[in-house]
Amino acid sequence: MTSYLLKRIAMLVPLMLGITLITFAVIHLAPGEPVDMQMAMNPKVGKEARERLTKFYGLDKPLHEQYFSWLGKLAKLDLGRSFSSDNRPVLDKIKERLPITLSLNLVALIIEFGLAIPIGVLAAVKRDTILDKGITVVVFLGFAVPTFWLALLLMYFFGVRLNWLPISGLHTLGYESYSWLGRLWDLTKHLILPICVASFGSFAGVSRYMRSAMLQVISQDYITTARAKGLSERVVIWKHALRNALLPLITLLGFSIPGLIGGSVIFETIFAIPGMGQLFYQGVMSRDYPMVMGILVIGAFLTLLGNLIADISYALADPRIRQQ
Amino acid sequence: MTTFKTTFIASVFWPRLKRNRMAMAGLIVVLLLFVVSLMAPFLTPYEPSAINAWDVLQPPSWKHWFGTDELGRDVLTRVLFGARISLKVGFVAVGIAVFLGTLVGLVAGYYGGWVDSLLMRCVDIMLCFPSFFLILAVIAFLNPSIWIIMAVIGLTGWMGVARLVRAEVLAIREMDYVMAARCIGCSDLRIILRHILPNALSPVLVAATLGVAGAILTESALSFLGIGVQPPTPSWGNILTSGKDYIEFAWWLSLFPGKAILVTVLAYNLLGEGIRDALDPRTMK
Repeated sequence: MTSYLLKRIAMLVPLMLGITLITFAVIHLAPGEPVDMQMAMNPKVGKEARERLTKFYGLDKPLHEQYFSWLGKLAKLDLGRSFSSDNRPVLDKIKERLPITLSLNLVALIIEFGLAIPIGVLAAVKRDTILDKGITVVVFLGFAVPTFWLALLLMYFFGVRLNWLPISGLHTLGYESYSWLGRLWDLTKHLILPICVASFGSFAGVSRYMRSAMLQVISQDYITTARAKGLSERVVIWKHALRNALLPLITLLGFSIPGLIGGSVIFETIFAIPGMGQLFYQGVMSRDYPMVMGILVIGAFLTLLGNLIADISYALADPRIRQQ
Repeated sequence: MTTFKTTFIASVFWPRLKRNRMAMAGLIVVLLLFVVSLMAPFLTPYEPSAINAWDVLQPPSWKHWFGTDELGRDVLTRVLFGARISLKVGFVAVGIAVFLGTLVGLVAGYYGGWVDSLLMRCVDIMLCFPSFFLILAVIAFLNPSIWIIMAVIGLTGWMGVARLVRAEVLAIREMDYVMAARCIGCSDLRIILRHILPNALSPVLVAATLGVAGAILTESALSFLGIGVQPPTPSWGNILTSGKDYIEFAWWLSLFPGKAILVTVLAYNLLGEGIRDALDPRTMK
């Protein structure tokens, strides 16, 4: 177990280097000098910003030197300063936004898995019945609905038509005057639609996955044994079978992190939530390069970390690996 | 080899696929979409970009079945022409992803050793990036055009195919017929292309079909955010952008293009799942 952990952690170093290489390659993708191209495309980037960019990336030096100096700054968590008018360090801006995105995604993830697991199990247990077919139809629709369209429909229905829920931001204007309970209710109301959209994103995938994992487990000999020794069907399914079917789901959890972080661009932009996704989108639209690169690197590192946690939890949860 | 393949398609694959009603429904929609995108100019009396100041934001009527947008353009016409963009993006992006993924998977699986480790670590690294972030970042550096969007969606979507192909190749490499080919002195290239590749293609076919659906979704999301296909060229995503801006007055702007995306993606997914079932030896009777 310890050697597995050490090996897994040692693998992080080349992966992190790879992430920085690709991010670095992205700025040098454009033909010609990145700075010149920026100037040509975006008159908003002034002379001062141009000099700052040239200096920060050392664009007058050879490529490998540029890379290593950028890497050195990255190691000291210096992501440069944003091009936007406030000119603040990129890292500070990300730090402000990250908790919002992370907590939103966490809640969405809990809701998503909390619903998808029982539904997947139910579909597997009632295989080929009307219920299973009904669930399959919903799941296929879920795969096909574009999340941003779902967001629009929900906004139209609950926001415009029924006028039950607010459709943008996190707070009502003047919420500071509310009691803490009022503020909490206000926040909840603002979060219902975004969280619905966020958790809908990979709900279909997870429940489908759960269904096939359960089907596989149910056909195993130990399930027949459990039934043969007279255990009730409830215990067989929800204890013996579910535990084994849940294992691969831990890996799936790790894999779904990049999708969640990437998806936050869409729902944060639509619902005007001041998270990292919105920050990234604004960075892209205003061609704020230090911002874009910074979030790209941080997003990839977060995914790497999420995968590591998923792998370790898998090892901890699976006694076959734990005892090695 | 060829005769076996034709027999397999005619006597196993096609009958099995034909029995799957959902997959056939998907196939019919997919074919219909091809017809629609080819025939788009003949199916509607309107021009997709013709502005008409007298017919701004009209609800659906006999004259304009899907209503009109904020510039008085016929939404049905724009949805029909949008099908062209979606199909083009779907196929070209998936073509790039499948080509690259198959290449990487073949080389990694066949040669093994350090080549395999290196290529698979590249796959791991690429998978760390939230693909939507990577696509947005690249487009931030280049001006968005439909070709760049197709290339970027393709270049960020090959990793799954590479893993699939590699796993297939690892198994096929050990087969007797590969050994036989090697014994009679076939070159590596010939073994890979003639003996391994054709047998590794069935999961690729499934991944490609599902990939078209994914690429169409990604393109529509990009266009919706205003960094994909640029107006006045109609795309399902950018019609929905006006849908969002006029959500309080014009529901039809949001409803119809979204339904078009939904039906298209659903059709490709159903077809892909059907192909998977039809090719799966475990469900053969």
